[in-house]
Amino acid sequence: MCVSMYSAVWSREETTERNYYTRYHNMSEITAWMEQMKRENPDVVSSMVYGQTYERRNITLLKIGLSSTGRKKAIWMDCGIHAREWIAPAFCQYFVREILRTYKTDTKVNEMMKNLDFYITPVLNVDGYIYSWHNESTRLWRKSRSPGTGGCTCYGTDINRNFYANWGMVGVSTDCCSQTYCGTKALSESEARAVTDMLGKMREDILAFLTIHSYGQLLLVPYGHPNISAPNYDELMEVGLAAATAIKAVHGMDYTVGTSPDVLYANSGSSRDFARLIGIPLSFTFELRDKGEHGFELPEDQIQPTCEEAYAGAHHIITYAHDKAFYSYAATVTATLWTTLLAAWVSSAILLTIICLYKKVK
Amino acid sequence: MTTGVLNPSHYPARRAATVVQHYLNTRYGSPYRWIFLSKVHSGSAEDMAEMRKYQLELTMQEMISNVSGQCSAELLFPGGEGQSAPQVQASCEGLLQSNPTAQEEAFYQQHRASNNMVSGSNIPDSYGHMEPSMKPFWHLGGVASSCIMLRESNESTLYNMAQVANFTQLETEKDQLRFNYHVLLHEMISQEIIHWKLLVTWSPEQGVKVLQTELQPKCHDCEAPPNTTN
Repeated sequence: MCVSMYSAVWSREETTERNYYTRYHNMSEITAWMEQMKRENPDVVSSMVYGQTYERRNITLLKIGLSSTGRKKAIWMDCGIHAREWIAPAFCQYFVREILRTYKTDTKVNEMMKNLDFYITPVLNVDGYIYSWHNESTRLWRKSRSPGTGGCTCYGTDINRNFYANWGMVGVSTDCCSQTYCGTKALSESEARAVTDMLGKMREDILAFLTIHSYGQLLLVPYGHPNISAPNYDELMEVGLAAATAIKAVHGMDYTVGTSPDVLYANSGSSRDFARLIGIPLSFTFELRDKGEHGFELPEDQIQPTCEEAYAGAHHIITYAHDKAFYSYAATVTATLWTTLLAAWVSSAILLTIICLYKKVK
Repeated sequence: MTTGVLNPSHYPARRAATVVQHYLNTRYGSPYRWIFLSKVHSGSAEDMAEMRKYQLELTMQEMISNVSGQCSAELLFPGGEGQSAPQVQASCEGLLQSNPTAQEEAFYQQHRASNNMVSGSNIPDSYGHMEPSMKPFWHLGGVASSCIMLRESNESTLYNMAQVANFTQLETEKDQLRFNYHVLLHEMISQEIIHWKLLVTWSPEQGVKVLQTELQPKCHDCEAPPNTTN
């Protein structure tokens, strides 16, 4: 395809150009970009291959943070679980560039880079993403590229219905030709297993889990099952609504916040639900622009504004998660200290009063 | 099924509002007029005999002129086994302020003569891009698709047109421009991409008419892995 070849020729010189982040990039460009991010920021960026796709490709994340001796808390972000949602990997790239661009000068980002590590997977469904770049007729592919089983000749499982979170219960299809096919069993897909294994190892450290999709302009909170509520639903809604306010402040776009069964549709087996179930308190699905006018084929001139507003939303959630972990502990200690002092003051005041009265009586 | 006052940000109101959008496009849409749902303000739903009735207060936006208007709409979703289309009534204030007559007329005259049949494909393309000259054909495809989307909608669907796969102009007949369209519709709840072939006519006076529709079978055979080394 002429356009993608043109992009490949430009990409090496242009990866630091502002232009780069206003275009969609194929998988080999994104892989090269990840190498470049490591090369240019060796003290804060490293990469990790944490699994293999069906077609045996690496699933790679960038780990970004200022190095420290102790064990750090983490933020998880993944993009491109659904192949056709091209704006999602574009956002992951933008997010990485933005934190690397600002961490030396922005005190908050700097503080978060000290206290946290960001684990960012620009493309989770690598096979599907590559397939969606193959030609115009494959552009709207969604699922993985594992073959059907049991006589079903269609390809692919919906990776976001394949996690061990109320798997197979609602909002799924058992027809392997369907776009919401949940697989032969939970974690039949190696991509879902890779994320599951990583989250399992890190679960005590992850403060927030963000999974990026399109389209619809929504922030979805757990759970996808209509009869199950997250224990911190109120907190999730409060943080989500504040994030939507931050998003709207950038370019005026409305993002609706709610559980999937409330604002979109019921579903099960999602990565967001799995993250919440294993104890990650702040777990959100971002559905980026637009509302259906272009849908999955969002024009490139909307990449930048979409990323800017999504960054504001993600930044809000991450800051909240960070401050809750690192400030409310201090706040608790301070409150305890004051309570103790006050109690001491009160009891000494009572003691003096008793002594005075005693003396008077005497 | 939700009954009573509807939460405007929840799915029942939004799905019904999208049906109203499809209806407005079939009534008022053209190569230079394309209406999109902007906001749901309020709504209610009730069960009526074999039907579900919705009432909605909406803001709709005409996308080319950027003019918004307030609309009140009433929908009836038929119940029972039949596959009949929802019935919609809507009245809008201020939405149709734009006057695309001059552009429509120029477009009509430009394409009316038989010596230069137009065609196009992949509108928008994979990058969301389309040539400016293709935009009116994209809108026309969208309006024609709205006829199908309206007909196929129920309380468990949410349709958008994903892409005009291709279109070909045919000989003008009875002063109507005529086109074969192949459109891809995205149905959000099932996440399916549904292919339709349409025979479409248009003129400024008569508006958009869809004469024939043909559902295309899902192409299972073309899913085998290609040689991708990317």
